[in-house]
Amino acid sequence: MATETTGFVSACIDSLGNAIGMPQLCAEWMPNQVFWLLVTLVVIYLVLSKVALPRIGGILAERQGTITTDISAAEDLKARALEAEEVYNKALADARAEALNIAAEMRAGIQGELNDAIAHADAEISAKVAESEKAIGEIRASALEAVKVVANDTAAEIVTALGGKADAKAVGTAVTSGMKGWT
Amino acid sequence: MDQFIVSPLFGDGPIAWYTPTNVTLWMVLTILAIGALLVLSTSRRAIIPSRAQSIAELVYGFIYKMVEDVAGKDGVRYFPYIMTLFMFILVTNFLGLIPTAFATTSHIAVTATMAMAVFLSVTILGFWKHGFGFLNIFWIGQAPLPLRPILALIEVISYFVRPISHSIRLAGNMMAGHAVIKVFAGFAVVIWIAPVSIAAITAIYALEVLVSFIQAYVFTILTCVYLKDALHPHH
Amino acid sequence: MEGDVVQMGAYIGAGLASIGMGGAALGVGQVVGSYLSGALRNPSAAAGQTATMFIGIAFAEALGIFSFLVALLLMFAV
Repeated sequence: MATETTGFVSACIDSLGNAIGMPQLCAEWMPNQVFWLLVTLVVIYLVLSKVALPRIGGILAERQGTITTDISAAEDLKARALEAEEVYNKALADARAEALNIAAEMRAGIQGELNDAIAHADAEISAKVAESEKAIGEIRASALEAVKVVANDTAAEIVTALGGKADAKAVGTAVTSGMKGWT
Repeated sequence: MDQFIVSPLFGDGPIAWYTPTNVTLWMVLTILAIGALLVLSTSRRAIIPSRAQSIAELVYGFIYKMVEDVAGKDGVRYFPYIMTLFMFILVTNFLGLIPTAFATTSHIAVTATMAMAVFLSVTILGFWKHGFGFLNIFWIGQAPLPLRPILALIEVISYFVRPISHSIRLAGNMMAGHAVIKVFAGFAVVIWIAPVSIAAITAIYALEVLVSFIQAYVFTILTCVYLKDALHPHH
Repeated sequence: MEGDVVQMGAYIGAGLASIGMGGAALGVGQVVGSYLSGALRNPSAAAGQTATMFIGIAFAEALGIFSFLVALLLMFAV
């Protein structure tokens, strides 16, 4: 950098443009550096304090505000969603209760019909049973009668065949007493 | 050490305090870079930031939080001042890392000016806020009584060494980094050392990028610490 | 001849001053090592102490930089 300044010799640069000693300690250059440093710092300070820092601070604050707003909006939406869910659950519970109600009614109705039908059937069955018993009794009575006639006839025939005289009255008495254990 | 020479931008001649020099050039570039980063990138004021805008916001938040944490809530008033120092040092350090660039922060005159500015403003602020109560920072109440004068002496010395160490730390770090790179570059003329030398330069360069940031950070955080001492001188 | 002796002394002094940078290395290593061992014991408290660690590093490193400065002054300014 400094090699072009061959003609100029100062306390800190020799005729070849090389530094004599440490350039940092060259008192000749210090006022220049200090002056430009102060100018620079003042310019940077003004730029920062007037433009950059308020702007960045504003952006950050704005973002913070936006985030806060968004979060509150999200919370609002969440509350509304919860509300909707509650309404939905309530509707669901109502519908379920109604369904249970309907089912119970239906069951009661069916039970009634069923009871009627059972009673009806019971009555029919008992009537039929009675009729059948009656018929059985008749059949049994007529059968006994038939057996008595057959037994009388048979006994009379047997007595006659054995050579005895068949007394109808005596035979009837004997058959009746013989059949006592059977009926 | 030729890379640290201050030379006039136009022609030869003596360097008066107003002469535009390479110092001027690189400081103007610093201003432009800061303007591009913090002003141009945020010109859209986007809620969803672009890449450059998020960097600007990141820097803003980083320094803001540092000032708030270290200097306290009432230190936030001085945030633009600290932000100015941080941005200037950071950008100048990074620009100085460009090959053939001129690193203004490697000059003690520059860093000493900044350190003295911090020192004087902090001291004046302390006396203005607390009057002679500011001297309490030298008188440590928790220490046993016989020790206090000795500690006060040490505290006074360390207080006045602050601007020196504050400025030399930054300038020395930058100068050392550049000088080390120069030393390795000097080795590169020997053909069979050249690859090693180039690898070393690359590694040192990466280290210097880190150091550039850390030194800007350290300068700023120490400014915050001094500011805290001025605002709350009671230990 | 006399100037040569002075320059030799300056160079030797610069070399000796450079030893101080090793001290800075030890100091910085000590600071970061202590920070790490503390941070691994109690990671929740680590984040709050990062700034303190950097301040400590800065103080430790400043003294190394001073020795570097002394070396440079001996090399170039005396």
